[in-house]
Amino acid sequence: MKTWLRQHRQAIAAAFGKLAAQKSAALLNALVIGIALSLPAGGYALLSSLRNVTQGASLEPQLSVFLRGETRRPEADALGTRLKGDARVSDVRFVSREQALKELQATEGLAEVVAALNRNPLPDAFVVRPKVADAAVLEALAKELRAMPGVTHVQVDSAWARRLGALAGTARLAIALLAALLAFGLVAITFNTIRLQILTQRAEIEISKLIGATDAFIRRPFFYLGALQGLAGGLVALAILRASLAALNVGVSELAASYGSAFRLAFLEPGDALAVVLFSATLGWFGAFLSVSKYLLEIEPK
Amino acid sequence: MISFSGVVKRYPGGQEGLKGVSFTIEPGEFAFVAGHSGAGKSTLLKLIPAIERPSSGAILVNGQNVGALKRTALPYLRRNLGLVFQDQKLLYDRSVYDNVMLPLAFSELGGREAARRARAALEKVGLLAREKANPIQLSGGEQQRLAIARAVVNRPTVLIADEPTANLDAESAATILEIFAAFNRVGVTVLVATHDEALIGRFAKRVLRLAKGSLVE
Repeated sequence: MKTWLRQHRQAIAAAFGKLAAQKSAALLNALVIGIALSLPAGGYALLSSLRNVTQGASLEPQLSVFLRGETRRPEADALGTRLKGDARVSDVRFVSREQALKELQATEGLAEVVAALNRNPLPDAFVVRPKVADAAVLEALAKELRAMPGVTHVQVDSAWARRLGALAGTARLAIALLAALLAFGLVAITFNTIRLQILTQRAEIEISKLIGATDAFIRRPFFYLGALQGLAGGLVALAILRASLAALNVGVSELAASYGSAFRLAFLEPGDALAVVLFSATLGWFGAFLSVSKYLLEIEPK
Repeated sequence: MISFSGVVKRYPGGQEGLKGVSFTIEPGEFAFVAGHSGAGKSTLLKLIPAIERPSSGAILVNGQNVGALKRTALPYLRRNLGLVFQDQKLLYDRSVYDNVMLPLAFSELGGREAARRARAALEKVGLLAREKANPIQLSGGEQQRLAIARAVVNRPTVLIADEPTANLDAESAATILEIFAAFNRVGVTVLVATHDEALIGRFAKRVLRLAKGSLVE
């Protein structure tokens, strides 16, 4: 065990030594890997930020049924009873114009606007939650509700959120595909770097085999080199991402502020950032594994 | 013990490097493998650490059937053999000391004991004072002595040398052979391939003489 640990220590030291001996090549490799990884990592960060926004909105389909201003409470109650009796409706909630104004006042940035109003312009409304989310059923229900007495407008509230959710799903898939593609690129970069390293050390490998080094002993430093290269690339990716988000957030926060929002593009959660680095290191190790498996067997003492 | 029994080595294309060679080297023996260029000396020596595999016949080294060994078992066979080559096979990107330390990197020895062992090997071949030098700074004879130090640092039971004196002057060649003789005196089996008949004549040792792949003496 002690020997095994010592050999791993030596292999790690050898891998660091090789990186130090070829500083500029190592730096360029880390940069290439970092740039490649920063793209899907950036996409993921963007989606996470958007998810935080959309999580506040219900993705369940619901309809807002706005009543005419002159509609009286008994008429509204009758409409409510009728809605509750509809087999297609699972829940009905009445939102009075006073309650709606209170909610609007609580919305960030709108308190002053609401305070400046000399009368409440909002109508009474029902929030209707249908039993099914089918678009055709919703549309038919909305059409019927529009035709009811006292109803001035019907809005399918969750449509935008569902569209955004679908868009986010597509974007997530696109990012996963991009990540897979770039991961393949990362493996190819490491594969080639390790191949060149093996060729450079051909004499040493040949001599090591002659004097009794096992394949595992010879392979180890290359595995660590691949993993270290991936690790460095992952760290560069995080640095690029942080710098890019900081630059983007200057404009984004200004734009969001104009809508009364404090929205900012957030950096990855610590767990996600760690996952990026570990993923990158694993891919580096895998590239090294493929390269070593292919080329090391070809080197035999003569 | 090294034992060859009807060993044939046939290269791709049909050329035979060895034609049914049989002999036994007892533990602690010193023997020369003699013959002209192309006689099969190098082929014979390469079969012992399984650098080459026999086409037929059996090779036993310290009780192991070398021809039947799996690839993964070869490192453990080679650790018990000290190999010295005509071209030394040194690493010129590191010091004399680091070259000798190379076989100790995968031994069981701790760092301090390994360093002690490496310096002891360098002392035995008279190169301790040059431990920090690069092998390129050494003379041909010194480089060969360094190769011997690397070969013996793991205390092998068998020392095999392929034309170790080929590029050396007579004095350096005699020094190299004296070093081999010294290791043999402490029980190491030594097998040296050479075409230098004068050198063989200076040491009254057993000679395995090869001609066109066959053992003739």
